[in-house]
Amino acid sequence: MSIWVHEDSKVLVQGITGSQGTFHATRMIEYGTDIVGGVTPGKGGQTVDLPGRSVPVYDSMAEAVSDTGADVSVIYVPARFAASAIIEAAEAFHELNDGGMIVCITEGIPTLDMVRSIGHIADKPGVRLIGPNCPGIITPGDQGGCKVGIMPGYIHAKGRIGIISKSGTLTYEAVAQTMGIGEGQTTCIGIGGDPVSGTGFIDCLAAFEEDSDTEAVVLIGEIGGTAEEDAAAWAAENFSKPIVGFVAGATAPPGKRMGHAGAIISGGKGTAEEKFAAFEAAGIHVARDPSAIGEVLRGVLIEAGLRET
Amino acid sequence: MNIHEFQGKALFRESGIAVQDGVHCTNVEQALAAYDSLGSEVVAVKSQIHAGGRGKGSLYAPDTGELVMEGGVKIAFSRKEVENYASNILGHRLVTKQTGPAGKMVNNLYIEAGCAIAHEYYLALLVDREADSVLIMASTEGGVDIEEVAENTPEAIHKEWVDPREGLQEEQKNSLADSLGLTGTAHDSFVEMIGQLERMFVERDCSMIEINPLVRTEGDIMIALDSKVSFDDNASFRHPWRAELRDLSEEEETEVRANQSGLSYVKLDGNIGCLVNGAGLAMASMDVIKLYGGEPANFLDIGGGANKESITTAFGIILEDPNVEGILVNIFGGIIRCDMVARSIIDASREVGLEVPLVVRFSGTNHKEGKEVLESSALDVITTSTLADGAEAIVGAIGGGSS
Repeated sequence: MSIWVHEDSKVLVQGITGSQGTFHATRMIEYGTDIVGGVTPGKGGQTVDLPGRSVPVYDSMAEAVSDTGADVSVIYVPARFAASAIIEAAEAFHELNDGGMIVCITEGIPTLDMVRSIGHIADKPGVRLIGPNCPGIITPGDQGGCKVGIMPGYIHAKGRIGIISKSGTLTYEAVAQTMGIGEGQTTCIGIGGDPVSGTGFIDCLAAFEEDSDTEAVVLIGEIGGTAEEDAAAWAAENFSKPIVGFVAGATAPPGKRMGHAGAIISGGKGTAEEKFAAFEAAGIHVARDPSAIGEVLRGVLIEAGLRET
Repeated sequence: MNIHEFQGKALFRESGIAVQDGVHCTNVEQALAAYDSLGSEVVAVKSQIHAGGRGKGSLYAPDTGELVMEGGVKIAFSRKEVENYASNILGHRLVTKQTGPAGKMVNNLYIEAGCAIAHEYYLALLVDREADSVLIMASTEGGVDIEEVAENTPEAIHKEWVDPREGLQEEQKNSLADSLGLTGTAHDSFVEMIGQLERMFVERDCSMIEINPLVRTEGDIMIALDSKVSFDDNASFRHPWRAELRDLSEEEETEVRANQSGLSYVKLDGNIGCLVNGAGLAMASMDVIKLYGGEPANFLDIGGGANKESITTAFGIILEDPNVEGILVNIFGGIIRCDMVARSIIDASREVGLEVPLVVRFSGTNHKEGKEVLESSALDVITTSTLADGAEAIVGAIGGGSS
């Protein structure tokens, strides 16, 4: 299995008629994702031509969900409209499907818009948000798979490692390193680097704990906040599979935002050192060298009796 | 985006939040005129820079480095003292525990009427990233370093989280006022103020409002004696008025220029320049350089929309730093294709006259093509396919770590 998105997931694209939306809808369908339609207010009734199929465009998420039965939506709309898109998707999934998965790729969403969006999702237990400002989520399949986001699909392969990361390209780096030691992935999730966002490390770990196909997890954090420390404390009590952890930003100076809005050491808090220490205290196998994530994982799998060499 | 205290107080005034009368000045004459116009015998003479700890900072002459005065915030009891303090502050570098050893040049001054203080409190509104909501913190321990209070006596800080759907509730305002031990008119004046602050925080898309100290006067009125306001940059599109409040002299010039080209750049102290796609990978690249015995000269994320122009700008910015002795390019192609980056690197190196060793690590989309483009060019470049090899190669190429 895999978590949250599967080979049979039906996916909508919010902002499908925009250049980003069309570009990535094309890439996703090429990978094997079942794109069933899209939403662009004011363009309902049109169709968008994608490789091998032409999909309908709807004015609203409510119409799109009730017409297609989709259970996943991916958002490529501009930052100023993204929070409304999240709320619209949450309401449609909640009312029509009893839940669904929203993946918001958009970066640069105002923080208080995200506070409001999360407030809307909080009372809809079946609705899950990943992102924003993230590469998305991918479950590689036997052939193709389900890619919901902007990651290069071809670097992945089906396997037994779960990957969770705050970063985009650093996730790809981790994927490449698992591939380098001959390991594929169950599901890879980029949770995004914004200070206020949806699904966090703990939700992902809880889902990987339940997933029988996932045998080990690579967890990639970065400086800022306490999400890594919280995840480590949770994992020590509740997670039974081996975890390899890395935290980006050991060389970052305090008080400076390192690209991601959330990646900042403030008031001396949120350093990589504190996070590595929390990982070690929780029994997480630390890779201090990001170029050694693959090798650390290999050692951990051997130690756990999950591979020979 | 940060703003000065005097600008924050102007916004407070507009929102109905009580502040003392004050005048923004840029020279000593204005400071004296301000003193005359305020009609208050006692005034505060306050350095305006985008950093905290001003009161406990020290002012130095920019040319000689000589100590001019201890304390960047002074209480003046006469016109003569205003003149003295203003001339010691303006045009000098203020070093505080937040500015770093170089300090910041003080070009702005705020002259504010004094008031009779009965007690100093601490009050702050910020976004709590762990709780996904706005957090209000209040403490009776005002006027001191709040991080120390949080460390030593966390129970002295009272916290209330604002439900984004319900807004700030009356009982929360009262509970904050009670936690400060306020009664009577001070209680009422605080409750009114906290409502106005919460409204201002949301309406103006702030990321933080900190008032330290918030004071209770001997007349039992609550007054914001300081203001530290910062805004969420992501929301700037809906707040065009912010442009007027921006003080570019408080920001790193190269960081601003990088930003205008869609790059995210932070200067560091090492000698190996980095050019990377993605913030996490950029930090990881710095970390690996360090692990291989080098020192990164910068953080630089070229972003997902990079092109020939922005990559040329990136090379130019890296090479402006005289400490740079070599450059590591680390690209994991996704949407960005490595062959496009390779061609951009060749053009950029011609345009900026690249003379230091260059190592390029390509992985992901079109990495083979990218490598071929570089290797068939006249450019003197080492190409690698893993991050470890790339870091090792650049540290080796400059002859080891930082000198």
